[in-house]
Amino acid sequence: MSRTASYRFTIGVLPWLTIALLSLPVASGVLGAMAPAFGYLPVLGGDSLTLAPWRQLLEVPGLADMVRLSVVTGLASSALSLGIVVLFLGSFLHTPLYRRVQRWLSPLLAVPHAAAAIGLAFLLAPSGWVARGLSPWASGWQYPPDFAFPGDAWGLSLILGLVIKEVPFLLLMSLAALVQCQARERLTVARSLGYRPLTGFLKVVMPGLYPLLRLPLYAVIAFASSTVDVAMILGPSTPPTLAVSVVGWLNDPALSMHFMASAGALLQMLLTLTALGIWYALERLVVCLSRRWWWDGRRQCGERWLGGMALTTMRLVLGLMLASLAGLMLWSVAAYWPFPRFLPWPPTLHNWQAAADDLIVPVGQSLLVATAATLLSLVLVLGSLEAETLRRRPMRRWAQVILYLPLLVPSVAFLFGLVMMQAQAGIQPGLGAVIVGHAVFVLPYVFLSLAESYRRLDPRWSQQARSLGAGPWRVFLCVRLPLLLAPILTAAAVGFAVSVGQYLPTVMMGAGRVVTVTTEAVSLASGGDRRLTAIFALAQLLLPALGFLLAMLVPRYLFRRRQDLLPRAD
Amino acid sequence: MASLILDDIVIEQDQRLLLSLDTTVAPGDVLTVMGPSGVGKSTLLAFIAGFLSPAFTPRGRVLLDKTRIDTLPAEQRHVGLLFQDPLLFPHLDVEGNLAFGMVREGNRRHRREQIHEALASVGLEAFAKRDPATLSGGQKARVALLRVLLSQPRAILLDEPFSKLDAGLRDEIRHWVFERVRHYRLPTLMVTHDEADARAAAGRIITLNDTTTSYRP
Repeated sequence: MSRTASYRFTIGVLPWLTIALLSLPVASGVLGAMAPAFGYLPVLGGDSLTLAPWRQLLEVPGLADMVRLSVVTGLASSALSLGIVVLFLGSFLHTPLYRRVQRWLSPLLAVPHAAAAIGLAFLLAPSGWVARGLSPWASGWQYPPDFAFPGDAWGLSLILGLVIKEVPFLLLMSLAALVQCQARERLTVARSLGYRPLTGFLKVVMPGLYPLLRLPLYAVIAFASSTVDVAMILGPSTPPTLAVSVVGWLNDPALSMHFMASAGALLQMLLTLTALGIWYALERLVVCLSRRWWWDGRRQCGERWLGGMALTTMRLVLGLMLASLAGLMLWSVAAYWPFPRFLPWPPTLHNWQAAADDLIVPVGQSLLVATAATLLSLVLVLGSLEAETLRRRPMRRWAQVILYLPLLVPSVAFLFGLVMMQAQAGIQPGLGAVIVGHAVFVLPYVFLSLAESYRRLDPRWSQQARSLGAGPWRVFLCVRLPLLLAPILTAAAVGFAVSVGQYLPTVMMGAGRVVTVTTEAVSLASGGDRRLTAIFALAQLLLPALGFLLAMLVPRYLFRRRQDLLPRAD
Repeated sequence: MASLILDDIVIEQDQRLLLSLDTTVAPGDVLTVMGPSGVGKSTLLAFIAGFLSPAFTPRGRVLLDKTRIDTLPAEQRHVGLLFQDPLLFPHLDVEGNLAFGMVREGNRRHRREQIHEALASVGLEAFAKRDPATLSGGQKARVALLRVLLSQPRAILLDEPFSKLDAGLRDEIRHWVFERVRHYRLPTLMVTHDEADARAAAGRIITLNDTTTSYRP
């Protein structure tokens, strides 16, 4: 096979492998959960189709509360996150503040959900940093007050935990979308016609921006309505959210509970679909209501008040995140820290020394799984994007939807079925299965991070190289990849961070044989040892931070004598 | 040396005729194609170089002497291409850029000597290890053409190559480029908006416009 033919073959095959990696596990997982949900699972003695698992599920005490909690927290956190992002962009787009927040995005995204949730739990708990800061001078509390927060029955702490993670994600997604919808140009026209920044943004930029944000937003709703790790840490426990209950039923020693767990997994999927349906209906409603407003010619609408609110909420989100991380650090070096003392004194490294041995295996396995899943995803994503270049047209709409499939279908729904299929196919749970399971979630994020830069690369670079006699492999390896090294490494760091933060795929595909810092941190969070929990949460945080640091430093080092490839100071 | 033959070229877009051309560019001649935006000047270059978008439907043949090249992959056509930007690869130094296009013959030392000779011929011998970003506009233009020449092309296509140069520098680089292509007897096709480019090329001029999209001598 000639080099050109091998290039065409490889680049032609990789997009299909990508689609297979994303769609097959999800489709087979959902199908795998369906049969047991209707009583059919011969290995557990289910030989006939029956509605018994559904009847058993409907009799679970508090099921209605679980359902309400999942839908309400999912929709409320997504709406709040979108509101904060839109108001912030509308009020501060292209200002120095916007650029400062932009710089904080990658480090904030690197914080895994579970680590942020643990930090927030430590911050807001009755004996947490906030209560300590107010006691006794403002609250009068000499002992930790008696209230259930986090873990309140309304799910407020869960909503808060989801918001502080989803705001940076939606902001990052907006960055590329703003360029695509020509936000700067649209806003310039609106401003020149006398519109104030926020009103101009809402009237002329949002109609172009929202369609581009729709899929990421749906992914946020799907995640928020079905999260397991964040809900285990911040959500209520009597009853918990449906997704947490499903995992509990699945881990029940009584194998007969698996039938009900299957029904629960399908119910979770229906529930997420319902949440998405409600959101879609709200979207239509807002569009209908906004139509008159778009036309009314009003140049401003509470700019100062809304701008102030945007600034306050963004500061609150960033402040909560940073304070949560600071709290984790303090707990990790705390010896004796009685309430209401604000700081642990004297700090000690004893906790870290004591935990060092316990950290080796989880850190090692996290590194191994995350590196392998990221490399696998990167190869497939680069192949898919190069295929777009080869075919000179962007990915088709259905392929884009498949790309988002693992983010849109609740993981608890399809992972459960996947485990069933894995068992029936005789595939042993372990590292291999976990790596593939992680790659299903890592790949969409790697794609989303890299696609814009890859598509924007001037095609004349390749044309110039080919006119100089370079074949397609050489153009790809010696021109396109070096020119895109910085965004490729950033995408890899994002993928690595996503993998390190995965809880459910590790637990389910590894069947407990693979232990990562995230599985350890989440299980420790339900225990009483805050010091050890903080250490594992920080380890969970440090691994992605290391990834982002390398992604930043490697291109700077390699291209230290290449001005055009160094980041600019603007 | 080869002639560049554009044999009954017809390019259509959405079943609409975009341009039609039948001509020959002799070795060392510069054929200038002029016309307003949108008449298909750059499309013609893309077709000859092998980068035509699938949105266009071409017919006809492109030959370099007797060899048909429009059916070959871009990298096998031996057609050098210069854009309005020099497009020096920013991850390589000047020497690396020149080496990228060189035909793989002789050992590394021999190739390096060739590069240094080429740089010396334009007074840039001290710039081999320089970052392309640190070169002036004129130096970049020279290195870009040297890179094309070292790849041993059999024809050259120029896509508004001088439009981004300072007015003062433009004349000097124009003169230098045309002198080189004549020296190497390379058939050259230049697309430009600038009549001064066409005058300096001192060759035939084809003007395409919305109503006259064809040229048949």
